[in-house]
Amino acid sequence: MKLDIILAGVGGQGILTVAAIIGEACMNEGLLIKQAEVHGMSQRGGDVQSNLRISDSHIYSDLIPKGAADVIISLEPMEALRYLPWLNPETGWIITSSARFVNIPTYPAEDALEAAYKNQPRVVSLDVEKLAKDNGIPRSANMILLGAAQEALGIEYSKLEDAVRRLFARKGEAIVEANLKALAIGRDEAKK
Amino acid sequence: MKKLLLGDEAIALGAINAGLSGVYAYPGTPSTEVTEFIQGNPLAIERGIHSRWSTNEKTAMEAALGMSYMGKRAMVCMKHVGLNVCMDPFVNSAMTGVGGGVVVLVADDPSMHSSQDEQDSRYLGSFAMVPILEPRDQQQAYDMMAYAFELSEKRSLPVLMRVTTRMAHSRAVVEVAETAAPQNELNFNSQAKDWVLLPVNARRKNDILVGLQPSLEADGEAWNKLAIKDSKLGIITSGVGWNYVMEAFGGDCPHSVLHITHYPLPHAAIAQLCENCETVLVVEEGQPFIEEKIQGMLPQEQWKVIGKLNGAYLPRTGELSPDSVREAFRRIDAEVTGTEYKPVPEVAKPEVVVARPPALCQGCGHRSVYEALNLVLKDYENPRVFGDIGCYTLGFLPPFRALHSCVDMGASITMAKGAADAGQFPSIAVIGDSTFTHSGMTGLLDAINENANITVIISDNLTTAMTGGQDSAGTSKYEAICTGLGADPAHVRVVVPLPQSMEAITATIREEIAYEGVSIIIPRRECLQTLKRHKK
Repeated sequence: MKLDIILAGVGGQGILTVAAIIGEACMNEGLLIKQAEVHGMSQRGGDVQSNLRISDSHIYSDLIPKGAADVIISLEPMEALRYLPWLNPETGWIITSSARFVNIPTYPAEDALEAAYKNQPRVVSLDVEKLAKDNGIPRSANMILLGAAQEALGIEYSKLEDAVRRLFARKGEAIVEANLKALAIGRDEAKK
Repeated sequence: MKKLLLGDEAIALGAINAGLSGVYAYPGTPSTEVTEFIQGNPLAIERGIHSRWSTNEKTAMEAALGMSYMGKRAMVCMKHVGLNVCMDPFVNSAMTGVGGGVVVLVADDPSMHSSQDEQDSRYLGSFAMVPILEPRDQQQAYDMMAYAFELSEKRSLPVLMRVTTRMAHSRAVVEVAETAAPQNELNFNSQAKDWVLLPVNARRKNDILVGLQPSLEADGEAWNKLAIKDSKLGIITSGVGWNYVMEAFGGDCPHSVLHITHYPLPHAAIAQLCENCETVLVVEEGQPFIEEKIQGMLPQEQWKVIGKLNGAYLPRTGELSPDSVREAFRRIDAEVTGTEYKPVPEVAKPEVVVARPPALCQGCGHRSVYEALNLVLKDYENPRVFGDIGCYTLGFLPPFRALHSCVDMGASITMAKGAADAGQFPSIAVIGDSTFTHSGMTGLLDAINENANITVIISDNLTTAMTGGQDSAGTSKYEAICTGLGADPAHVRVVVPLPQSMEAITATIREEIAYEGVSIIIPRRECLQTLKRHKK
């Protein structure tokens, strides 16, 4: 078993929390994990990514080779496309937020971005920011995205739920419930 | 017990479990999390392990030597350029030797993710003639810590442990011990004749250090692993280089491999590898340290040494990747079979994707500082603003484009002084609070002593922000430090960097530029990142 995931976004969006939940769910199953992160200067509003590798046998490289990633999970639509060279061109999925994060003057026009997505065969795109706000859980957009990625990841839904419970437990029941709700919204929306 | 740990955290836990008594460090990416982990670890707190941030790497290294002098185990952590700052005590600690074990943990940053250069600390460890350890993954980093302290005590030398960004900032499942070794007791065994480096002692100690070198090489025998295969290609790897070689072959490499984790270089193992091959490929993260040395060791007519230098099989700059290492093997294979080498075609990044450089946070106080500075400097013909290292270095980028230099910690003040000496006006320094106490104070004293015509802006956000908001050594002391060094109190001015205070800030900057002599402006407002954390 091998699962290579690239998590992408803009510094401060919370991709590492998504990585932590997936990691927790898989580690609890006795799987091995390597997760390369970005710390330091780039975290200040720059592009950030994390390479998350999961396997039942030894993982050598902390980095995913190009063309090998099974899933890109991105909290920002342009950022997802930045990692296309790493995505498996035959089988890889892109699970992305459609909410654009425009903090640079050169950010592409909406139709240019849409056109780039037209060439991508396996995409789930959701406005997780809006879904989070509409459902009264504005801080849980990243968990909606994770719920939407569940099928592509091939991780049992209940395992993700358990991981959310364990990881958010110390923050109190209300936050656990908000994140479980987010997970369910993501899963259901992705099926639409 | 299994734990998911960053490389840095594995190192920290390994040190705690090895009976550490103190960690001394200044924050620096990618080394910061080692000290942070110790600061938050329950056992470290219970044991009273020292973990407060030091003012800079030099004070950290020297404090660690003091703890070692008294028989206890100490660790010093820094990024690669931090080793330059503590080079004096580092090199001379190889001369004095140690009491309790000393591990100097240096995290190099190839590809310069958060740094100004790609220097490779192995050269500096070799220069100081101390043992160097280079773990390849998080488990080995954890496992090596207890050994590193034992080795340091056995040889009475500091041990340099070198890691790189990729391992330091990657998490992996690590098997760790449930219990920690006891800490060393305070002792009075250290001898003045070893620690007073007057020439009469230093000459004797230098002979001891040089004489130890063959033993240090022998110490590595158990760690440097050689696997001989029936192949004309031999590979020498170190650090994460080994991971990429194994990734390329799914864990089963058909060529002979010598994996080096322990320096000085193992001459016997290298000779044994070479007996079995014709070409030696060196796969190492960082500068071509091993490759250069091997080239000098082997007769070129008999062995071909390839890697980053010879033939550019691997990129000379930047970190290695599974892709660059795989391509090196594909090219070698093509040469052996006499076929044409073509790199594996890559899916291109769509043109619509543009660069998203880091930027100062919206609402950050540094923004108001640069906005005000730019407003004022419009009125001067050739202003020069000498910058420094921290979040505020981003003031170089649009929309501010406000900086003309950034070289090393503290260089803003001293460069502004040198420029003023050369006749520059206005000559302005911009430095952060933590960088000022790290390396700016001594330069300010130079400027004050000569009454240099410079304006120093100490942009004080009450923290070491760039590395994630660690305590800043001089918080609440800046005015006192400046006037204590002899600055005129009338020209040590504090402003609040907020957009609505623009008029007051610009007026202050104008007045202090006009003042002939050293003036200091301290814009002070808490970093938004730490403010958010404090509110929680």
